[in-house]
Amino acid sequence: MTKKEALQKYTLQLADTALVLGHRLSEWCGHGPILEQDMALTNIALDLIGQARSIYQYAATLQGEGRTEDDLAYLRSEMEFLNPLLVELPNGDFADTIARQFFFDVYNYAFYSALKNSKDETLAAIAEKSLKEVRYHQRYSSEWMLRLGDGTEESHEKIQTAVDNIWMYTGELTEMTEVEKAVLADGVGVDLEKIKPIWIEKVKSVLAEATLKMPESSWMQSGGKNARHTEHLGFILAQMQHLQRTHPGASW
Amino acid sequence: MKNNWPLWEVFIRSKQGLHHKHVGSLHASDATMAIENARDVYTRRQEGVSIWVMESENITASKPEESEALFEPAADKVYRHPTFYDLPDELKHM
Repeated sequence: MTKKEALQKYTLQLADTALVLGHRLSEWCGHGPILEQDMALTNIALDLIGQARSIYQYAATLQGEGRTEDDLAYLRSEMEFLNPLLVELPNGDFADTIARQFFFDVYNYAFYSALKNSKDETLAAIAEKSLKEVRYHQRYSSEWMLRLGDGTEESHEKIQTAVDNIWMYTGELTEMTEVEKAVLADGVGVDLEKIKPIWIEKVKSVLAEATLKMPESSWMQSGGKNARHTEHLGFILAQMQHLQRTHPGASW
Repeated sequence: MKNNWPLWEVFIRSKQGLHHKHVGSLHASDATMAIENARDVYTRRQEGVSIWVMESENITASKPEESEALFEPAADKVYRHPTFYDLPDELKHM
């Protein structure tokens, strides 16, 4: 794998991650439990899709050959997407969505905080801008973890179940792939080994304050970042891409 | 949820503004959540840089039936306005 290939794959991974999670959150539009949370979740979706756009645009210029952000988002198959498995999991109920969001946001905030020191100026700039948005996302999902965990008996049970179910997908977030090792060596990528203890610390403290039990299992699902996905991604892309694939080049 | 989440009134101060304006209300379980909800619902189009929230039940308002007695007497008391008074030109700073 050349430096160029590694950087191309890395940018695709970051963009795919933001896009898939943004898409999942957009599925809440009109279905939120209460108006304010409908707006909150869709605002986060828009932030993530905006981040995805910036990164896809960069990835497109890296690939050249006249590729655009739309080609990368709409014309690649689930065997080419490089997002971690966590972000393609179904929304479930509000507790499932919050648990997924919380685990991701803690990682994402630590990740962008490190990426803004990247030798790649474009990625550093994207990281700096995105950090403000992600800081709010982390605040939002952490506050909800506290309210659901330290809430009623029912909310506590639901969020604990959500945490237990999703736990095995969290390890992949800080697992280094060959691509990530390559870009780290170039001073461009983030060292996930350094992110891991930050993630564990923050998750531990929020779960404790939320009176929730931190799962003990260390076995983790993996494969998304190497384009081996759950069946969920196929359905997501079918919905996201079918319009563009049916009417190639269509625009509003 | 609407049974036990109180209603909050939201006030936003814009970037160029000097005071917080009432922009609406929302439901939230507590003050921190009310601020976050206000940020999500009322500042999407750069409406402001500062948010105040207060529980609606803490607002006391004047009653419309009383507005005659409360406000009309001020209508014909011109002397309460600074422009009523003629100041000599020698007074420079007033």
